[in-house]
Amino acid sequence: MAEQIIFYILAAVIVVFSILSVTSKRILRSATYLLFVLIATAGLYFMLDYEFLAGVQISVYAGGILVLFVFSILLTSHAGDKEKPRHWGRLLAAALTAVVGFGLCLYIILNNVFKVANQIWQEPTMQQVGQTLMGTDKNQYLLPFEAISILLLACIIGGIMIARKR
Amino acid sequence: MFDFQIVTNWFDELLRGCMPEFWVLTIEFVLVGVILLTLYALIALALIYGERKICAFFQCRLGPNRVGTWGVLQPIADMFKILLKEIISINHIDKVLFYTAPFIVIASSFLAFGALPFGKGMQVLDFNIGIFYILAVSSLGIVGILMAGWASNNKFSMIGAMRSGAQLISYELSAGISLLTVVALAGTMQLCEIVEAQADGWFIFKGHIPAIIAFIIYLIAGHAETNRGPFDLPEAESELTAGYHTEYSGIQFGFFYLSEYLNMFIIAGIATTMFLGGWMPFHISGWDGFNAIMDYIPSVIWFFGKVTLLIFLSLWVRWTFPRLRIDQLLHLEWKYLLPINMVNLVVMAIIVVYGWHF
Repeated sequence: MAEQIIFYILAAVIVVFSILSVTSKRILRSATYLLFVLIATAGLYFMLDYEFLAGVQISVYAGGILVLFVFSILLTSHAGDKEKPRHWGRLLAAALTAVVGFGLCLYIILNNVFKVANQIWQEPTMQQVGQTLMGTDKNQYLLPFEAISILLLACIIGGIMIARKR
Repeated sequence: MFDFQIVTNWFDELLRGCMPEFWVLTIEFVLVGVILLTLYALIALALIYGERKICAFFQCRLGPNRVGTWGVLQPIADMFKILLKEIISINHIDKVLFYTAPFIVIASSFLAFGALPFGKGMQVLDFNIGIFYILAVSSLGIVGILMAGWASNNKFSMIGAMRSGAQLISYELSAGISLLTVVALAGTMQLCEIVEAQADGWFIFKGHIPAIIAFIIYLIAGHAETNRGPFDLPEAESELTAGYHTEYSGIQFGFFYLSEYLNMFIIAGIATTMFLGGWMPFHISGWDGFNAIMDYIPSVIWFFGKVTLLIFLSLWVRWTFPRLRIDQLLHLEWKYLLPINMVNLVVMAIIVVYGWHF
C-alpha cells in the first residue's frame, strides 16, 4: 500500500516532468525538468532496493551530466532566449519517430513474458560490483570499461585542443 | 553503551500492535521527517551563534551580547527577522527557476544530512552504498546554485554561479578520492559498518600516514565545497555583491544561508564518521579498563563533540586566511590536491594489500 503510493507519486513526477521537459520553450527550464525526471527514476531504483544503481543514477546523470548541460547552456545562451518556431517538415519527422518508438515499446511490453524471479533478490555488494567491473572472466566488464575510458580520454584531449589558445 | 535502536524498535512494535502497517509507515515517515527538519533548524541556529561568537573573538570583538545572556537568543531573533522579511519579487527573471533554485540547494543538503549516523542506532538511512549516496546527493546542490545565478538575470549572480560551479565540480573530485582512500581501508561503504570497524581504533590511527593525508585533503576540499572563506570567491562581497544569491531576499536567502551552514556540519560529520570514528568512543585495543570508561560517555556526545571540534577548525581557517583568486583556487585543486590524492590512494591500496595497517 505505502509502496504503491510512493510508486504512483514517482511515476506521476516522471510522466509530468518528461512531458514538460520536451514541451518547454526555454532550454534551461527543460534541463531542470529533466533533473526532476532523473531524480524520480533514481527513486524507483531505491524502491527496488537496488541502491548502487540509484546512487550511480544520481551522481552520474543528475549530478554530473546535467551539470555539464547546464554549464554549456549558461555559456551559450542568454536569459531571454526562446526557441524559434519549428519547421513543419522536422515536426512531421519527429512525430513519426515518436509514434514508431511508442509503437515499438508498446509491442515489446505487451508481448514480453515477464518471468517470476525464483531467487531472493540480494543487493550486490561493493566487492561484487568492483570485481565485475574489473575482471576479465565471463560476464565481467574490463574491456568495455577500458574502451569507454579511452573514449573519454579522447574527448578530454579534443576539448583541450579546441579550447587551447593559439 | 546505550543503543538507540531499542527505543525505535519499541516504538515500532507499539505502533504495529494497534494499527495496520500502512498507518505505521505513514506515522514513522512523518515523524522521522519532522525530527530531522527540527534538528536541521536547531543545528543551524547553534552554528550561526557559534560562528558569530568565534568570529568575533578572532577579530578581538565581543560578538552578539544584547539578546539573552551572552547573546544566546540572538540567532532566534535573527530567525524571526528572516521569516518576517518581505520576499521582493523581481521583474525580468525566469520566475520558475528563480523560485525552485533555493529548494534544490536545501533539498540536496537535507538528503545528505539524513544519512549521517548521529549516534549508536540513530541513523535514518543506512544504505549499502552509504558514503557514495552522500557524495551523490550532495552533488545535486550545484544545479541549484547554477540555476539561482542564471535565473537572477544579473551579471554578478551569473559570475558567482559560474565560479561556484567550477569550484564545486573541481573539489568534489578531491573529496571523493580522499573518502575512497578510507573506503579502501574499511572494505565497505556502509556507514554503520565503517563506524563499527573503528571500535578498536579510529581510521586516522589505523591507516596512519595515508589516512592522515586523506584527512587533511578532505578537510580542505570539504571546506572549499561549502563556499566559505578562503574559498568564498563565488560570493566575494567586494567584487560580486553577494554572488549567486544577490537577488534573493527573505526566507529564500535564508534557505541558501541555512544550507551553507548545514553543509559545513555535513562535511564535518562525514569527516568524523570516516576518519575519527563517528559516534565510536576513543578506544585503544588492549586497554579494556580505559575502553570501558570511555563507553560511559553517550555516543551522541562523542559524535557532536568531534563535529564541533572540526567545525571550530573550519571557522578558524575561514577567519584566518585571505581569499584566493580563481586561478590559485583551481591550481590548488588540479595541480596539488588531486595528484597527491591519487598517489595517496595507491599508497593506501599497497598498505591494505600487504596488511601494513594496524
